[in-house]
Amino acid sequence: MSEATRKRPDLRGWVVPGVLLLLWWLATALEWVDTRLVASPAAVLEEAWQAAASGELWQGLAASLGRNLSGFALGSLAGLAFGGLLGLSRLAERLVGPTFHALKQIALFAWIPLLSAWFGFGEPAKVAFIALAVFYPVALNSFEGIRATRHELLEVARVLGLTPAQRLLRLVLPSAAPAIFTGLHLGLIYAWLATLGAEYFFSAGPGIGNTMIDGREHFEMDQVIYGLLVVGSVGLVLNRLAAWIEARALAWRGGGR
Amino acid sequence: MRGTGFLSLHGVDKRFPLKEGELHVLGDISLDIRQGEFVSIVGGSGCGKSTLLRLLVGLEEASGGSLRLDGVPIRGTDPARGIVFQDHRLYPWLTVEDNVLLALANSPLDKAERLARVHAHLELVGLKHFARAWPAQLSGGMSQRVAIARGLVNRPKVLLLDEPFGALDALTRAQLQDELARIWQTEGITTVLVTHDVDEAVLLGDRVVVMEPRPGRIRRIVPVDLPHPRHREHPRLAELRSDILQDFTRRQAIA
Ligand SMILES: Nc1ncnc2c1ncn2[C@@H]1O[C@H](COP(=O)(O)OP(=O)(O)O)[C@@H](O)[C@H]1O
Ligand SMILES: [Mg+2]
Repeated sequence: MSEATRKRPDLRGWVVPGVLLLLWWLATALEWVDTRLVASPAAVLEEAWQAAASGELWQGLAASLGRNLSGFALGSLAGLAFGGLLGLSRLAERLVGPTFHALKQIALFAWIPLLSAWFGFGEPAKVAFIALAVFYPVALNSFEGIRATRHELLEVARVLGLTPAQRLLRLVLPSAAPAIFTGLHLGLIYAWLATLGAEYFFSAGPGIGNTMIDGREHFEMDQVIYGLLVVGSVGLVLNRLAAWIEARALAWRGGGR
Repeated sequence: MRGTGFLSLHGVDKRFPLKEGELHVLGDISLDIRQGEFVSIVGGSGCGKSTLLRLLVGLEEASGGSLRLDGVPIRGTDPARGIVFQDHRLYPWLTVEDNVLLALANSPLDKAERLARVHAHLELVGLKHFARAWPAQLSGGMSQRVAIARGLVNRPKVLLLDEPFGALDALTRAQLQDELARIWQTEGITTVLVTHDVDEAVLLGDRVVVMEPRPGRIRRIVPVDLPHPRHREHPRLAELRSDILQDFTRRQAIA
């Protein structure tokens, strides 16, 4: 990316959303669609405004983000530990690797009956579900990242006489860092999807997903669409945040230029 | 640590096990290298030059014979033996300075002394202004200079170089050859340089070991009877070069 393009933000990415917004507005204003099924932009904005003013938005958002982050923290810590162990120890890989690769094939949502049997339908079940969604990409990418440590660089470590701890900190982990970040980044995306899924599948409670479910049950499409926009925006912000952190942490990859 | 650095190889043999049978890579290599001597090793690719260096640095174990440094059998890697690989093998996530510092990770020196040592060696290879650069920002020649600094910073008794300039353009190569000659003269370190460039071998070496393949053996050892520093245009070097090259072409004709 040259300096010139960086200074002036590229607005081309906004064309499609802009056109969609216009179509949406036209469709509701000219009544191409049933406004009971598709609320108008104004109605959605009104709904959003009220939700923000009454604090309902923040409550729901805080509840969702809270369980999202707890699940993410649990799942990524477990995934890092597990993937790290599998990556570092051939014995561990031989013992649990095959089971792990088999269990990975089970679709996430298939765990719900088991999770609800173990954790009930409340907050613990939701967090466990999110953690599980995060666990797989983090564990898998950490494992593969560690295993991809270049043999040539390991030889350098041997020649320089690095201790096992030094090898881990100066070679294996930095070398696996891009893959680990990819796993965490994926985990963050999955966590947010799973947060919404958890709010659908487990019992009702505060949360942005529940706001949408309520909206649908009461046939308030403005509420549903507003929820949709909030969910999308949060996803976008989380994604940007992850990309930003990643770029900082891996400055060496760009050569710092 | 320095001051010694006498290498002695006796009947060194190396075989790699294959799915069926084995690959006989080195056979009966015997060679004494004086303390402070510069020995060049030339030979076609596949004749076991890298394997010989890997035995000397301790990354491989000999199948037979003995390798000794100052009379002590070589077993495993040791800071007393430094190596520079053809691919510089810098750690891309460490700055130039930290890459060289890594070689001192377990040195008894304190932090300030280590840094001073690192900077002195970066200066020696002409990179003192690049201490904070990432390897990705360096050219091939600069990366190889860092690798040389990393190989030297621990003050090893022996420096092993495996075609260190093979991937560089001719001008950079000539420049680095001169630098290596200068460093070797000031540091007085026992040096073994593997190369496929006969010019390089005769320019830098006190002796040139010519190898032949299957299994890798010493064909002959050519002393380069010229004082250092040398000029690359010296007619004696050209003579020696064509002598060694003839050796290769003659063998080719027979084979
Ligand atoms: N670890 C190994 N396992 C099996 N064969 C090897 C191994 N290392 C080197 N060889 C073989 O040994 C021979 C000599 O290799 P090498 O020492 O790299 O030669 P050179 O450096 O002279 O080109 C080659 O045929 C190579 O394929
Ligand atoms: Mg080689």
